[in-house]
Formats: sequence, structure tokens, C-alpha cells
Amino acid sequence: MNISYQWLRAIAPDITDTPDQLAARLAMAGAPADAVEYLDANLEDIIIAKVHTAGKHPNADRLSVCTVDAGTGEILNVVCGAPNVKAGAFYPFAPAGAKLPGGIEIKRAKIRGAESNGMLCSERELGLGRDHAGIMELRGDFTPGESFVPAIGLNDVRFVIDVGANRPDMLSHIGVARELAPGGMAALRLPEFPNAPSSNVAVASAQAEGTTGGLRVRIEDPDGCTRFTGAVIRGVTIAPSPIWLAARLRSIGLRPINNVVDATNYMLHELGQPMHAYDLTKLGGSEIVARRARAGESLVTLDGETRKLEAGMLIIADHDVPAGVAGVMGGLHSEVTNDTKDIFLECAVFDPKSVRTTRRALGLSTDASYRFERGVDWEEVRPAMQRAVSLIIAVAGGTADAPAIDVTTVERDAPVVTLRPARVKHVLGVQLSVDQIERYLTPLGFDVLARSADSLRVRVPGSRWHDVSREIDLIEEIARRHGFESFADDLRAFRPSAVPEDAMSMLENRLRLWLAGRGFLEARMAAFAPDSEGDVALLNPLSAAEGHLRNTVASGLLRRAEYNFARGTRNIRLFEIGTAFAAGDQGGLPVETNRLAGVFTGARTPPHWSAGTQVFDEWDLKGLIEDLSGIVGSDVSIRPMSDSAQQTAFPKLETGSSFEIVDPTGARVGVGGAVPANSIDAPLWAGQVYAFEIVLTDAMTRNESSKMRALPSFPGIERDMALLVDDSVASLTVENTIRGAAGPLLESLAVFDVYRGKGVPANMRSIAYRAAFRAEDRTLTDEDADRTMKQILTRLKEDLGVERRG
Amino acid sequence: MSGNLLEQLSEIEKDAAASLGGADSVDRIEQLRVQFLGRKEGKLSGVLRQLGEIDPADRPTIGDAANKAKDKITALLDEKRKQLENLAAGKAAGPDLTLPGRRVWKGALHPVTQVVEEICEVFRSLGFTRVRGPEAETDWYNFTALNTPLDHPAADAHDTFYLGEGLLLRSHTSPGQIRTMQAFRPPIRVVVPGMAYRRDPFDASHAPGFEQLEGLVVDEGITFVDFKATLAEFARRMFGPNVKTRLRPSFFPFTEPSAEMDVSCLLCGGTGCSACKRTGWMEIMGCGMVDPAVFEHVGYDPERYTGFAFGMGPGRIAMLRYGITDIRTLYEADVRFLEQFS
Repeated sequence: MNISYQWLRAIAPDITDTPDQLAARLAMAGAPADAVEYLDANLEDIIIAKVHTAGKHPNADRLSVCTVDAGTGEILNVVCGAPNVKAGAFYPFAPAGAKLPGGIEIKRAKIRGAESNGMLCSERELGLGRDHAGIMELRGDFTPGESFVPAIGLNDVRFVIDVGANRPDMLSHIGVARELAPGGMAALRLPEFPNAPSSNVAVASAQAEGTTGGLRVRIEDPDGCTRFTGAVIRGVTIAPSPIWLAARLRSIGLRPINNVVDATNYMLHELGQPMHAYDLTKLGGSEIVARRARAGESLVTLDGETRKLEAGMLIIADHDVPAGVAGVMGGLHSEVTNDTKDIFLECAVFDPKSVRTTRRALGLSTDASYRFERGVDWEEVRPAMQRAVSLIIAVAGGTADAPAIDVTTVERDAPVVTLRPARVKHVLGVQLSVDQIERYLTPLGFDVLARSADSLRVRVPGSRWHDVSREIDLIEEIARRHGFESFADDLRAFRPSAVPEDAMSMLENRLRLWLAGRGFLEARMAAFAPDSEGDVALLNPLSAAEGHLRNTVASGLLRRAEYNFARGTRNIRLFEIGTAFAAGDQGGLPVETNRLAGVFTGARTPPHWSAGTQVFDEWDLKGLIEDLSGIVGSDVSIRPMSDSAQQTAFPKLETGSSFEIVDPTGARVGVGGAVPANSIDAPLWAGQVYAFEIVLTDAMTRNESSKMRALPSFPGIERDMALLVDDSVASLTVENTIRGAAGPLLESLAVFDVYRGKGVPANMRSIAYRAAFRAEDRTLTDEDADRTMKQILTRLKEDLGVERRG
Repeated sequence: MSGNLLEQLSEIEKDAAASLGGADSVDRIEQLRVQFLGRKEGKLSGVLRQLGEIDPADRPTIGDAANKAKDKITALLDEKRKQLENLAAGKAAGPDLTLPGRRVWKGALHPVTQVVEEICEVFRSLGFTRVRGPEAETDWYNFTALNTPLDHPAADAHDTFYLGEGLLLRSHTSPGQIRTMQAFRPPIRVVVPGMAYRRDPFDASHAPGFEQLEGLVVDEGITFVDFKATLAEFARRMFGPNVKTRLRPSFFPFTEPSAEMDVSCLLCGGTGCSACKRTGWMEIMGCGMVDPAVFEHVGYDPERYTGFAFGMGPGRIAMLRYGITDIRTLYEADVRFLEQFS
């Protein structure tokens, strides 16, 4: 919301801060200024000029050649490109030699052959707004050549403030003044309007319906509209606003329209009370009513749009047809125009939820709806309407057809909140006296009705009904008025958390550090995926390509690998620990699993001058997941993935070179392998891409430490054996047979060579094993080793037909 | 017969190459030269001697092959000899120690992870533990229990992704507060890092999925003073002992009083620069005293327990710390970016 420095000070004369000081105080009042704009910045050279004649440029269709009086004593030729330039009007003018806010200097020039001695300016060119459809026409009486800024009252500073959803009271100048004035409410005064009537219009009260100036004012929907005040003003003259009023609106970035509309806009920004003026003669049947829309009704709103009204939307209607969307926007038909003579001024209270629902359904947010949604000041509606009547008469003439009317459907009493000073100390940690508490609250309009040592009865003013109804709400007021900076920065003793550290996070961190140590780079991604990679759909995705929640983490990493390929990176090692989503029970939450996934491709190590480059292969992949298995739990195992298992792999992997990680029940907890060429968009120079993904389970987080194994006290013996193994026999089978036959003397067993070729029959390979034998209690002899080797070889021959290579 | 000879030739070539691989002196090279190419004992000569026994028509083919094998072996011998001579010369000169060493790939934790871990570590030192919560939530956990009616303008700031009736992706990590209070009893001092999701278009300053870190303290006797002092101490431990903090009034439906905590600008130290919009301050977290309505939603007695909560964006802090200007950089997984954080 925009606040004018001059306007604010007109209401709160005791505010003496500089604009910078005020910005700092706004921040500490909970309404920080996102911007502080000096409206007159760099406009010193701009003057006001009157256009005498405006004719077509002989050589350009879209340009005009004007004669301009800029107060210099001579009539200047000026070329202008704006469609709205007209003879007799006043405009801001940058004479030759003037500098615009952007730093551009205006020069005398010939434009398509016509001499031009300056520029008539648009709002945007002056940095005053976005309007660039035409030049800025100034309504009113000016002297050509007078300085632009003071003439239109622009020597002001605009604060663009950010008001929390809980403080609708600060969506107006009076609200901000109440919060910031050193003297509080008592120091505020509403500026008097020149030419205003000497007294406020009289107001009659009524229940549900009443009449003013011959117009029946009726509330048909007491839930949606709780209060409907209004006045008929006859004999107004619609004209441009006086300079002071136009200046106020410009200072907050609004464009003046006409005196009556400007007056209602002024009231909205001064008091926070939205209002609307209707052309009385356009209201059919001498009636205005707040009611729900009926099926099939529609309305052309002020912005020219035809709005289909849904049954149940709160509207304002005349006797026959809708005249406005209540609290959102008025209708075009009853708009105040230059011919309007008699008006009806509406000043009402609409239900916040109702306005919110309607404006969302219409996709239409206005200054009025923004305030109604958050709540307006019930107690100030009538005075606001009376003040608006005075303002309209002051700027547009006419007389009120008294009495005005104030129709209500409910009685509303101000909330009274009990406040215990002991509770204040309990929450804030500081001891405040009852006097001090009262001194903090009263300047904001709170009324202490009764007080004792242990409690106060506090009446809440209308401006704060929407956010203050509980003791804690008052405590917040007290804390703010006390000043957050006044509380001690005093770290006291505390009890440590009774909540245990999350074991999964600890596992994640172990894995992260381990993978980083293995040369992997951690990626982070949002969980969105195309429908081919997700089981859980978003109802309102940002795009169809990201319409689901991922059911695998590795797939996203493959897309990231593609991204890196596209940037010429061939050596890629990425991992992510993140959430994957599976569909939950009907209507229930999705099932989330925490997963570790990785992709890698390219060189196994950084290039070095001493050797050629070796690239990653499936044994790197297998070794990696073997090591990973050791971290996530010794009871998981790895096996080659069958073709059928391949169908359900996450992600899809190459048949024949991929693995699955299974838990003791045989259930798959992870996969790893080569990524098929058709699953990744890789350039020709890219190497084979490998991927893995492991579901991190709670069982894996139990990091049970094993006891230390005693170091051997006696020497052992190593023996090698090269075995001829038929292709149908798996190495793992051979290994298990050896272990079974060797018994407890076998300390370790490793494959150190696999060979095919000369000396090895077809359909066989030679696998060379190195076995280490050791006894715990004695020095092993060659005879022990020979005997054990014999047992092994016998068993291999008997069980598997495997023999030693000759 | 001729096929057999060709096979023998190729065996001899392989054999020579293998033997040369193990050769470690110029003398050995010369021995091998005699062994393979020697006129009398050489293996190649042995093959040529069998020429007489084969069909004369095949003789030129075998002869050609034998010559090629001889040239090949000669070249191998010469090359190896040169290598060994160079090596000997190199040994005499000593190794060039300015050549680069043999490295392994550098891995790295994501910059946001690094910030999250650092924040958690600081809070651990202040008696906090780390917990987690689900990313998909019900609207009760995400809004209602946090005192945020769905039809209130306060919910507008959260443009939420919906999964179904009442189901959504959490728009902040604050549901973690509710789940923690339901699962445990005070004293509670936890941080809850995790992903949050808002329906913002992916641009330089918005990501639809981003990291948040929630904090919650609940116990008897926790006051605004504890709230202010704990978070100020966090800021000093996280950003340096000289960092200044300030609390500004703000609004969150689930805390009251609510505040934003600013720290003196991490770049200019508070004198004013473009990063802090010349204010000297940077907004670092939203925070406040837990609203009694939240306690009531989880069945805690607000007369007995008080507490404070806070939430911050580790991604934002990472951007400030590392000078990252486009938030998308964090989620692109560009290897050239990630490598910089090893």
C-alpha cells in the first residue's frame, strides 16, 4: 500500500521524522517500506505549458505539431506524438535543455522536418507512473511556465509499505498515523476541506431497511452485509478535482478521474473505508439493495468487463438489476459521468469471507475488496460516510438530501478482553506495571474499562476488531509498544530437547559424506516429474511436464546428466538423497520413501600425464553398490538382476549388466546398472552412463556396532588356484563351494584373475583365486594347507565338475 | 600346413610383445633380439626353415608375413630400447617434481546442504535436536493446526500445490511443529529442515520447491527474552560474533507476537550496499512466540507451556553467502557449479 508523507503529516502533525527516519519507524511498526520514492526527484526542469494549437504534422501521420506557451514570452513550436494532445489544455513540459528523471536531456531538434523546442511529457517519462498511452493532461488553472512540481503539489514522498494480513487498520493514512504518531490517537486530526459545509449531514438509523432522499436502502442478506449507510447528494457538478485533491491521489499513485470519484478514493485511503458513488437517476425503482445474486444474472463492471454472476455472490442491485459487485467493483451502468447531477453514496460493511469468495471467483482484486476481505472499522462507518458527504459537497457542490441513512442488521458491541499482568510477564519475560501497560494501549484506541493489580478489562476499538480478541493479542500490542529492541538479549539456562535426533538424517549425512569422498557431487531437485515417472498427480501443476511427484529419484538425475552433457561436460558423478512418492490409500496421503540415487559416466579418475584415461565400467558400479551396502547394512546382498526384474526396475536399466540389492527377505531395496541408450539423450562422445538407487529404510538407520575381531597371533599360508570353470557355473557358486569345503582355516578368498583364451577350452574361463589359510591357535603347516586345498579341489570336482587349470 | 605357419608367426609376434613388456634393461632387449630374430636360434628363422616343406604356391604369402613380422618385432625392440635409454637418462636427471600429482575426483555436498548442516550444528550446540516430517501433508497440518484458516487472506501467501481433497505439498516446514508436539512432550527444542513447495513460477528468485528450516522450542517458562536471546545467539554462532540482530514486528498466524529477524548485512556489515537495499540489514527468518491456539490444536495447555518458533530459508542464506544471484543455479546440478563447493 502507498502512503504519502505529506498526507500522513497532515493527519498527525506531531510526526516530525524525516522520510528516512519514518521508513525506519515503519519497519519497527511492522509495516516495512519496500520503497521510499521522492516524487519530485529530478523534475526541477519541468514546467507547465499550455498548448495553443495542435495540428497534424505534414510528414507524419502519428505526430502533431503544436504551438505551446511555456511562459517564455514567445510561442514555441513543439512536435508531439501523443494521441491526446489538444488545444487549450495544460501539460508538463520539458523545454530544450531540460533533463528528464532518466537523465535524458531534451534538445532542440527537427523531427521529420518540423522544428521542436521541447517535449510534452507522459507520466512514465516523468517517473510518476506507468501510463504512457498519452501525455499527462493537467486539469485546473495554471500559469504557463510555472514550475511543475509545486503547481500540482507533488513535493511529496511516497512510502510503499507492506502491511501484514492481520492489520487492515494500517491500510489507511489514519491507521498508519495512529501507529506512528508520538501522541497517539489524541494527537490526530482530520484535515478540514475548503468549501465544506459547516456541519455533518444528519443520519437516521434503521433496521434492515430505510429510506434516504426518496431511495429505499435495504439489506436482504444480513450475513453478507451487516451495515449499509448512504446519502443522496443532489445538484453536484462533475468536474476535475481541485489541485489539492488531485495531488493527494497522485501522491499515492492514483490518477484523478473526477471530483466525486476522487473524493471516494480519497476517503478509502484516508480512513480505510471503501465507498462507491452511483448516479442516482440510473438506479431503477428508487431502491438499492444488498442481496445475493440470482442464477443467470450478469453485470458490466466499471472496467467494461461483462461479469457472469454466480448465484450466491453478494451484489448491490437496484430494484431490478445488479448495480455492483458488493465490496469489489461498481457497475458501469450507474457510473458517475460528466452528466451526473444527483448521486447516491454507498458506505457499507461486507462480510470478509463473502467478499473474498466473490472476488476470487471473479478473479478481480481491488483496493476495496482488499480492505473488505481483511475487515473495515465497524464503528467508523457512519462518521466516514458523513465526512465523505462533506468532501463531495466541498469539491463538487450540491446538497445532501438529509437525513442520510444508516441501516444495520445486527447489534455489534466492542469486544472486551481481560488482560492479566502476570500473563504478560509469563509470555514476555519482563515485569510491566499496570500503568505502563495502560500507557502502551490507550494511544492505539484501546480503552481500559477497569483495572486491578491482577487484571485489566480492555475495550477494543473498531479498527482492531479483526485482529484483537484474545489476551495474547493484547500482549503482542504491548510487546510492540514496549519495543522489541528493549527486551534483553540474555541467554538463560535451558533444558535440552527431549526429542531424539532423527536417525534417518544421520544415515543420510553418513552417506552424503561417503559419496562426496568417492568423488560424487550432491544435487538437489524438486520432486516434480512427468507422468511416466510419477504415480501421484498434482491437481494444479505448474506445467504438464511436471504434473506428478516422482516415484524415482534417479530419473531426475538422468535429466540432470543430459543437462550437463548439453554443456559439454563428459565426466559426471551426481547423487541426490530425496523423497519419492507412491500412491497412498484411496483419498489418503501418498507414501513417501527416502532414497539415495546416483548417476555417473566418464573417466574413472581425473586425467593424469602418467597414464591414459580409464572410463567407468559396470565393475565400478558394482563395487560402488557393494560398498554402499556395507554402509546401509551388512544384511543386504547384491545379485544380478533377472530380465523379469528388469521390467520393474527404478530406473530402467540395461539387461545383462545390472544388479539388485535385496534385504534378507529377498525384497528389493535398490538397483544399479548401465542406463540403456534409449533412456538418456546423450551425445555421441558421451560414455556409458550408470545409475543406482537405494531405498533408505528405518532398518538401515540402526547402526549397530560390531565387536572388534582379535588380530592373528600365528602366521598363515596363502595358496593360489586357477580353476577351469564352465560358463554355466557362476563365480559366486565356485566361491561358496570353496568356502564350504575349506572350513574354518580359510581366512579370506579373493578372485585375482579371470582369463579366456589359449589353454582354456571354449565355453570355459579360468578363474584364479587366492586363498589365505590361518589357524587361530597354532602356526599353520604346509601339510595343513595341502590337506585343505585337496578338500577344496575334491569338492569342486565332485559338486561342480571344476578342475584346476593344468 | 601354411595356415599353421601363419598361426605360428602371429604367436611369435604376441610372444615377443609380451616378453618385451617385462624387459627392464638394454641388455635384455638384445637378448630378446637374438631370441626372436637371431639367424641361427631365432624363432622367426625356425619358421622360415619350414618353408621348404610347404606347397611352393603358398611360399610367397608366408614369406611376406614373415618379413612383416620381422619388421614389427624390430620396431618393438627399437622402441623399447629407446624408452629404456630415455628412462636411464631421466633417472640420471632426477624426476621433474613440478609435474602435477595423481588426484582423485573431488566430490562435494550441495551448498544448501552445507548451510543446513551448519545451521543444525549451531542449534545442536544450543540443545536442539533435528527431526523430519513428510513433504505431502493434509491441510489440517499445513494450515488449520497452525491457526491459519483456509479462507483467510493469510493463506494467500502460500500458493499451494494440491494432491487431492485436503491433501497438499507442504507450503512450509511448519507442519513439523505440529507433528513434533504430537509425538513428544516438552522440553522440545527441535529443528526441522526439509523441502517446501509453493506454486511460484521457476525464475531467478523463485523455485517451486525449496528448502526451509523450521525451529520450535516448547517448555515451561519460555519467554520472549529466551526467544530473542536464543535466536540472536544463533546468528552470532552462524554468521560471526560481531553480527548484529534486530527483531521487527511481523505477522504469522501461528505465532504471537510475531517478528522478522534481521541480521546486519553479511556483505557490507551494516553500512549499506546494494545487497541489503542500503538498509544495512538482511531479513533472515520469520519467528515468534507460539500462538496459544496452536497449543490448543495439539492438546497442550497454553497456560502451562510457552514457546517460540522460527523458520528460515537455507537456500537464501546459501545465495547470500556464496554470491549466487539466480536461485535456479541451485537446482540445475551443473557439475561445474557443484564442483566449486568441494
